[in-house]
Amino acid sequence: MNAKVETKAKPLKQAMSGAELFIEALKKENVEVVFGYPGGAVLPLYDALYRNPIRHILARHEQAAIHAAEGYARVSGKPGVVIATSGPGATNLVTGITDAMMDSLPLVVFTGQVATGVIGTDAFQEADVIGITMPITKHNYQVRDLNELPRIIREAFHIATTGRPGPVLIDIPKDIATTVTEPTFVTDVHLPGYQPNTTPNVLQIKKLAEAIAQAEKPLILAGAGVLHGKAAEELLAFAEETNIPVVNTLLGLGSFPADHPLFLGMGGMHGTYTANMAMYEADLLINIGARFDDRLTGNLQHFAPNAMVAHIDIDPAEIGKNVDTHIPIVADAKEALQKLLDLELTAPEANEWRLHLKQSQKEFPLWQSEEEEGISPQQLTKMIHDVTSGEAIVTTDVGQHQMWTAQYYGFSQPNRWVTSGGLGTMGFGFPAAIGAQIAHPDDTVVAIAGDAGFQMTLQELGLVAELKLPVKIIIYNNQALGMVRQWQEKFYEERYSQSLLPCQPDFVQLAGAYGIKGYSVSTEEEAEQVLKEALTSREPVLIDCRIKRKEKVYPMIAPGKGLHEMIGVRP
Amino acid sequence: MKRTVTVTVLNQSGVLNRITGLFTKRQFNIESITVGPTETEGISKMTVIVHVEDERVAEQVLKQLNKQVDVLKVTDITDQAVVSRELALIKVLTTPQTRAEINVIIEPFRATIIDVAKDSVTIQVVGNFEKIEAMIELLRPYGIKELSRTGQTALTRGSQKQVTDLKQYSILK
Ligand SMILES: Cc1ncc(C[n+]2csc(CCOP(=O)(O)OP(=O)(O)O)c2C)c(N)n1
Repeated sequence: MNAKVETKAKPLKQAMSGAELFIEALKKENVEVVFGYPGGAVLPLYDALYRNPIRHILARHEQAAIHAAEGYARVSGKPGVVIATSGPGATNLVTGITDAMMDSLPLVVFTGQVATGVIGTDAFQEADVIGITMPITKHNYQVRDLNELPRIIREAFHIATTGRPGPVLIDIPKDIATTVTEPTFVTDVHLPGYQPNTTPNVLQIKKLAEAIAQAEKPLILAGAGVLHGKAAEELLAFAEETNIPVVNTLLGLGSFPADHPLFLGMGGMHGTYTANMAMYEADLLINIGARFDDRLTGNLQHFAPNAMVAHIDIDPAEIGKNVDTHIPIVADAKEALQKLLDLELTAPEANEWRLHLKQSQKEFPLWQSEEEEGISPQQLTKMIHDVTSGEAIVTTDVGQHQMWTAQYYGFSQPNRWVTSGGLGTMGFGFPAAIGAQIAHPDDTVVAIAGDAGFQMTLQELGLVAELKLPVKIIIYNNQALGMVRQWQEKFYEERYSQSLLPCQPDFVQLAGAYGIKGYSVSTEEEAEQVLKEALTSREPVLIDCRIKRKEKVYPMIAPGKGLHEMIGVRP
Repeated sequence: MKRTVTVTVLNQSGVLNRITGLFTKRQFNIESITVGPTETEGISKMTVIVHVEDERVAEQVLKQLNKQVDVLKVTDITDQAVVSRELALIKVLTTPQTRAEINVIIEPFRATIIDVAKDSVTIQVVGNFEKIEAMIELLRPYGIKELSRTGQTALTRGSQKQVTDLKQYSILK
């Protein structure tokens, strides 16, 4: 009894090693799962993990570990946590870190480092990870003093998940992990240089409301900022209240229901004709959480030339970066939209504009070629939509299949769409699906990949088999680096330099080697049948779909051209 | 256009690298950069002279710097009343005949000779960019053997008025 009282009055500090402290700190951040791969410099961390477990996903390659963490973060909204060893382990993460930076995904990445005493001596498996990752992280730290580790971890999670999310890296020298200390854990962060603003300026909000009331051709461009800000509901309310049509960026898909009458589709290089012409003709463009990426804008000279531009973004540096902005609003998307909705907005007189756009949608729908034998990739995507009732979590790799999925799947809910937008990373889609499935074990997760990109990270079949993750892998097999082939056909006079890939594994047998059920289909009838069977099973499956080899993604804004210069608008 | 930007930073390891790396990544062209401790412990200040194409890029420089977690404050002081100074060390070839001439040239600049050798002198001069440029031009005919400049460091003036006349200066004053 006495002893108990004493403990309560004066909690004894517990001595622990850096590695144990690391695990404790992760638990305090409510980390449920980490994605990683061990090695010399992180052996102490893994030993602590062995004794005080947090669920650990052993990918077969660090690149896949980090893409899985990205997929996990994208669909769950929680930070993805990654561990890799020093040197090669860390450098294998570079692509994923860059990808997360470009697409604003919250990650906290831990890399091992050689012991402090030998840093700078080109020691075994030493790499200057801080130097390498400085331009590709939101922030990075090297731990020099164990007593700083609790603060650093707290700050890293805070920085990764607030403001504009992004990857934060912590480099932990091996001796720091083995040193023993009596740690003090912190809950508050004190970062005077990092104070992201989330609340919009009232005057700017009023200015926007006035501009809306006066607009004749208003348009909303909704990007991933709406998803990060959990503002899809507010966006819907705002669009409906003002009756303003909506265009999505590639990464913004799902922030607005695709079947909504106000939805014009995706804008940009492979966006719909109507979405792009709407941006071209608009007199008021309200950008909510998009960064005016060049794949969206096309040639900037012809981007929204007649529009007053309002831009709501949590990152002030995005405002005015590419496009001159008349109404800058630095804010969280949700807060800004709420403030707008509080205002009793006057809907603009834009009947004519909406009619014009409706007419354009009718006149210039997405189309597909009727040539060639084989499965139409566009039809295939629609089938996947129908079989999953449009409710699956869909990840893609990069290339033609990515664009067809963006065009045809028709996302109606937020955070069900996972793709590599800014960096365009082949090899991303399959591991990202693994991370998404781990976040949502009961949901249908479909990984759509090209035959080339799938081969960049296919080793993760091992992970899927081991965890019996019911990921559905659908390969759009055109036996080519399809998107490269398409550009060579259009812009390089059909000189198919290194873009044809006729020699490939038997994907069904490959899946079989991992104990995963595989199918190969070469007609739409077969595809439909197999999809119905496979997509409802609780097992992992791989479906190799032989699609039309020469099918192209249309319409398209050719490089250097403007929004109004789309090609392939009609058959 | 040329902008003078001061950046107050937390004195963390790697912070200089972070700032210069950012300039490289965004292709902002640095003319000079100086860094040193401030009156507050743990806080350093950099003065960056940067060449930018237009206002948009100038704004990007400030915003990108501001985004850095270790950056506390960024100020474009180009259009403010500032005192800016740079130090240059100039080793000039001399002969017995030219030595006196050089003395006469540097005197109005309030420069000093800090090292004398048989065939050269090393001159130290402190001033703003234009003053140093002017002196270097005058010394060039004698043969400049070596030149080392610190880059400019700057503070805004205590009072932002009565500046215009101060900005003007004559090298012969
Ligand atoms: C890591 C990486 N390397 C190269 C590229 C360039 N690239 C973009 S799309 C593409 C072809 C992808 O082919 P595939 O995976 O078969 O997909 P498809 O376009 O045929 O649907 C290539 C090589 C890239 N995006 N990422």
